[in-house]
Amino acid sequence: MKFVDEFRNAGQAHALSAKIAELCEPGRHYKFMEVCGGHTHTIYKHGLEDYLPESVELVHGPGCPVCVIPMGRVDDAMHLAANPDVIMTSFGDMMRVPGSNGSFFDAKAQGTDIRMVYSPLDSLKIARQNPDKRVVFMAIGFETTAPSTAMTVLRAAAEGLENFSIFCNHVTIVPAIKAILDSPDLRLDGFIGPGHVSTVIGCRPYEFIARDYGKPVVVAGFEPLDILQSIYMLMLQLSEGRSMVENQYTRVVPWDGNVVALKAIGQTMELRPYFEWRGLGFISHSALRMRADYARFDAELLFDVPGVRVADPKACQCGEVLKGVLKPWECKVFGTACTPETPIGTCMVSPEGACAAYYNFGRLNRQRVKEVSRS
Amino acid sequence: MTTSHPSETQSASETHSAGWVAEALREHDELARQSAELPNPHDGRTKGSPQPLPGTVREEQVLERIDRARRSRPRVKEQRITMSHGAGGKATRTLVEAIFLDAFRNPLLEPLEDAAQLHFNGSRVALTTDSYVVSPLFFPGGNIGDLAVNGTVNDLSVSGAVPLYLTAGFILEEGFEVDDLRRIVASMHDAAAAAGVQVVTGDTKVVEKGKADGCYINTAGLGIVEHSMNLGVAQARPGDAVLVSGPIGDHGITIMLARGELDIEADVISDTAPLNGLVADLLAATPGIRAMRDATRGGVATILNEVATDAGVCVVISEDAIPVRPEVRGASELLGIDPMYVACEGRLVAVVDGAEADRALAAMRAHPLGEQAAIIGHVADDPAGIVLLKTAFGGTRIVDLLVGDPLPRIC
Repeated sequence: MKFVDEFRNAGQAHALSAKIAELCEPGRHYKFMEVCGGHTHTIYKHGLEDYLPESVELVHGPGCPVCVIPMGRVDDAMHLAANPDVIMTSFGDMMRVPGSNGSFFDAKAQGTDIRMVYSPLDSLKIARQNPDKRVVFMAIGFETTAPSTAMTVLRAAAEGLENFSIFCNHVTIVPAIKAILDSPDLRLDGFIGPGHVSTVIGCRPYEFIARDYGKPVVVAGFEPLDILQSIYMLMLQLSEGRSMVENQYTRVVPWDGNVVALKAIGQTMELRPYFEWRGLGFISHSALRMRADYARFDAELLFDVPGVRVADPKACQCGEVLKGVLKPWECKVFGTACTPETPIGTCMVSPEGACAAYYNFGRLNRQRVKEVSRS
Repeated sequence: MTTSHPSETQSASETHSAGWVAEALREHDELARQSAELPNPHDGRTKGSPQPLPGTVREEQVLERIDRARRSRPRVKEQRITMSHGAGGKATRTLVEAIFLDAFRNPLLEPLEDAAQLHFNGSRVALTTDSYVVSPLFFPGGNIGDLAVNGTVNDLSVSGAVPLYLTAGFILEEGFEVDDLRRIVASMHDAAAAAGVQVVTGDTKVVEKGKADGCYINTAGLGIVEHSMNLGVAQARPGDAVLVSGPIGDHGITIMLARGELDIEADVISDTAPLNGLVADLLAATPGIRAMRDATRGGVATILNEVATDAGVCVVISEDAIPVRPEVRGASELLGIDPMYVACEGRLVAVVDGAEADRALAAMRAHPLGEQAAIIGHVADDPAGIVLLKTAFGGTRIVDLLVGDPLPRIC
């Protein structure tokens, strides 16, 4: 298939793999974080680790929109959805995220009107079709999905729709990366920068990572060859003693981002003073809320939202997994108490979550598998 | 940057202390206790050893613990039925084993094959039943009527039986158009004629408006087994070949697009078709056939997992070898769905003696419904219970049972 197969070419992967191996200094261990959950998914789905030398280790980062939602926000959303006047809408990934009293799916099974949508515009359609109901869209995601929420709000405003609102949980990637860089637990050699976020914000916001922390960043695409090439580019920077922001995903990511999208976000949303991230705690200026001009679309103002902070179950180590301190399988409950069918932590829910990706695709002994594959 | 915040904190374990999290954690502790008691196979030390183990060994231990957790007795943890219980993946299997098999357990039901094999006076008879709730009722390539006939014909066929008789039960919603019912029944008639079966008894119920979605159909089927082969996924053994009879995922993608919620258009039609002719040719050409399954809900991935689990083998498949139409692949890429999990209604997966793989392939390809059949992989012994995929990219990963419900009602 065009525009897909050329980025999954095994011959080119072998060539890149050999070039990466050549750049490895003997005795040195390399640790790169792929910030974005989409990259984590690609790495496991295509078995990319088979191409990496043992001394190159990939650490999974916090860039999974569903994974960073704290339990309290899920409970708030459930509280909103329980209002008989409300039709709650959200992306499919959100449906299985556990709150303290079950997930959206569980609530749906008990008769709460919760609907899965593919786009916030679908929520708008539901609002038009149900004028006697109040339709709430649970908005999640980084700068990747924030523009579509913003455009939906602008359209709702233009149409004068009064029964539509946003429960805004949009977060921003840079404060989370900074929190990781400032965390004493982790020593990284570089970052595979988020691809889709960068289509919106561009590459400049990462310059402080290279400048102030001396770590190379390569913004990467989502096909397996994109990621392999970005690892090669990181290795090349290290071997040449450089630390810069480079763009591997030039076919999609403009250096300065998408100005129209940024304007739409800026027009409708503003930074919150602080926001709670699952496992990472409260991070200043790390999330978005509706601007006062668009308060009539802000579900947090229109409805009674309890806003109670709920601590994660004690055994859940999503925080350490999100920061890359623990590998998924190192979590105490991984695969036994916490599985994709009954997730305790968010990292086991979304296909972009490190735990789900490892459990669904990577749960195998690579050494043993190499022998089987040869047979 | 990270600041603490003095808001009220509630412990999740308090809010559902009697809930499934507490229970899951108890289970986890029990498993951890069991693995601490087991000697470590790698270096003779036990898990409580003061010296840290190397990462690979610890990872291996975790994998073993997960294996044990997966083999433990299935239990339905949810309080209520969710859509996942009907999606054909893990939740469906748990529901069937923990609720239905637990209650009805008997040697005929236990293999959980597509049809039960019954013995009467020296002859073998196969019996099966299936309900159809597809939405929309009419879709490109068919409707709920031919689906209800073909699905049951196929369940009998892949069990190795010659399908003979069907029953038809209708649950109709008040207000349903009689013309639509006529069209559905006419399709059933045509499909039955094409498959050489007769509908010999039936039932009709009408429920109030809003209590059903137009029309649901149940069909049961009876067939006769004319050979002495013992078919079943548990028969698979290392060295066997795994085949699929044609491009996968057509039906599931057709239904998703036909619902009109995705604003994607593609030239793809349902693959609904009776497989009894293809099966007869395959059986005649391949005495070393171990098992056949039609790849309905849960898709090819689910069947391969059933083979791996029930036979205690590893199924190794090559992504490159799996036939998928470009339209289906394109839609799947857009929607983030793996075609391996998408339903078919006229495709089967066969496991055959490796020495007969080519003959089986030739027999399938000689049949109009198997023109694009392919050998997609083989059976190995290790790691047992796992489906291993060699990706087109050249890496390896596992293919697990489907979790959740990415698809609307498809059959």
